[in-house]
Amino acid sequence: MTAPVLSVRNLEVEFLTRRSTLRAINGVSFDIAKGEVLGVVGESGAGKSVTGLAVIGLIDPPGRIAGGEIYLSGTRIDHLPTEEIRRIRGKRIGMIFQDPLTSLNPLYRVGDQIVETIRTHMNLSETAARKRAIDLLAEVGIPAPEKRIDAYPHEFSGGMRQRVVIALAICAEPELIIADEPTTALDVSVQAQIISLIKRLGRDHGTAVMLVTHDMGVIAETSDRVAVMYSGRIAEIGPVQDVVQNPLHPYAKGLMGAIPTLAGEEKRLVQIPGSMPRLSAIPPGCSFNPRCAFAFDRCRVERPEPLKQGSHAVACHLYDPAPNETAKESAA
Amino acid sequence: MLAFTLRRAIQAIGVMIAVGVIAFSMFRFAGDPVNQIVSLDTPAAEREAVRKSLGLDDPVPVQFVRYFTNAVQFKFGVSYQFRQPVSNLLMERMPATLELAACATVLAMVFGILMGVYSALRRDTILTKFFQAVSLIGISLPTFLIGILLIYLFSVTLGWLPSFGRGDVVRIGWWTTGLLTLSGLKALIMPSITLGLFQMTLIMRLVRAEMLEVLRTDYIRFARARGLTTRAIHFGHALKNTLVPVITVAGLQFGSVIAFAIITETVFQWPGMGLLFVQAVQNVDIPIMAAYLLMVSLIFVTINLVVDILYTIVDPRLRSTISRPA
Repeated sequence: MTAPVLSVRNLEVEFLTRRSTLRAINGVSFDIAKGEVLGVVGESGAGKSVTGLAVIGLIDPPGRIAGGEIYLSGTRIDHLPTEEIRRIRGKRIGMIFQDPLTSLNPLYRVGDQIVETIRTHMNLSETAARKRAIDLLAEVGIPAPEKRIDAYPHEFSGGMRQRVVIALAICAEPELIIADEPTTALDVSVQAQIISLIKRLGRDHGTAVMLVTHDMGVIAETSDRVAVMYSGRIAEIGPVQDVVQNPLHPYAKGLMGAIPTLAGEEKRLVQIPGSMPRLSAIPPGCSFNPRCAFAFDRCRVERPEPLKQGSHAVACHLYDPAPNETAKESAA
Repeated sequence: MLAFTLRRAIQAIGVMIAVGVIAFSMFRFAGDPVNQIVSLDTPAAEREAVRKSLGLDDPVPVQFVRYFTNAVQFKFGVSYQFRQPVSNLLMERMPATLELAACATVLAMVFGILMGVYSALRRDTILTKFFQAVSLIGISLPTFLIGILLIYLFSVTLGWLPSFGRGDVVRIGWWTTGLLTLSGLKALIMPSITLGLFQMTLIMRLVRAEMLEVLRTDYIRFARARGLTTRAIHFGHALKNTLVPVITVAGLQFGSVIAFAIITETVFQWPGMGLLFVQAVQNVDIPIMAAYLLMVSLIFVTINLVVDILYTIVDPRLRSTISRPA
């Protein structure tokens, strides 16, 4: 087995503020294999987007990667000098942002923006790059690409612009695409098209995809595996079918219970009481414990580590078969 | 695009007619023009003759139409003090003012944009703090004081630069230029700085604020995620977007540079239109005042038109809203 395309180990991201240091990501680990789509879900502020930005090296001061390692196809990339990580961005890792309306520079033709990116990363002539840009626009499903290449961003609709953004993200054949809420700003009908486009591209090119979203429906449709994030940590990670149908972590259970279904009996949607703690006030132990119906004493003192549970890994003391002795004593 | 330009041109003509009315009415509010022309002991019959010969006994609308048709052909009458056609006087003085204004504007644009971009990209360096301090001085010190301070330092104390005048000029057709002689260039330095300093600080502050704003936008973040070089992002993407509003302000400022030139020209005794205007005010020389008003408005209106057209060239979004008028 070759090394996974992306491997994140114990990632920690901090934001330095005048009063204190806020830890936005606290010990996150996951892998994405070639051709695999990993969905990352969680509430706003759970650290999904920050994880994506950390991988691509775009955490701006006052934020910084405080610990852990990030490997791209076996090479460590989290401590590279600016110029080297710049060469990786766009070439080996493509990124798609949330709002296609503001992602493109309004003053440049879309073709110029694509050609510029291609020529930054690939040794191609102007004409060859333009040819490639037209092919890319065709591949992402833009009709009459040889004409549309000379249009300005404002001449495209939102969905079409997101396709252009995707063409830009894949223009140098990256190994990994990070899609940060790629469908949130789009109409539902367009969402489905964009999702299937990302899925198809990942399959055709063998690209690994990290799909950040808060939309469980999108995850269920697209992803192979899913990571549920809560307050800067991964609460549960596993194959998408298992996690959706049989969630283990109380938070994941709550999250799945909050999805309305069309089939089946009508029942009230489950609601998780309270809200996610602020970064400045994360409770000791498991950060979910104040909202958890199953919390016991150990949850308030000891932080749970991810434990293998069949195909899942879950960070919850409920599934710890051999509870730590000291924790038991302090609980007693 | 053509329709847009035409529409703007028609609006510009409307503005010029309005200014013409104001310029014309100056003649009527500043006393009887005949009194300005004849001497105190001229008999009444002779006064009437002068009045008739100048057409001043015609109804006001007729006089206005006559004044305006003449003005369109750059005939502004005869100056009371110089006894020469005003258009000749203006043409003689205009190159000096335009050269000074152009120099000051180029100076302001070049240094303003450079300093603005630098202070936006390197926010916490000592040089940035120095630029900020300079801009504070430029914004707050009045023009005439800067001129006098420069004269005191470089002309009186150090003796490096001339304190007044244009130096030697070279005549090219009807245009006189000081740009081709050493003394002409030396004479241009201090007035240009005096006149351009305020605009420079204004442009610097505008560029800095705009650039900081643009650097925070999503498309700059996306450009970084695409792995473009810092240079391409800063000077290709960010700067072009920054310059859209800068063009408008710089264009309009060129107009006010010409207007502000009155003060600078007075301080440096610069033989331009502004100085001519100040002398005209002192001597109640209404034909010159009216003509100056018309000329400055013409320059303003022309610049506005050019800026509007430039705007559409830089920003494609405006082009399409213009070709599809609502």
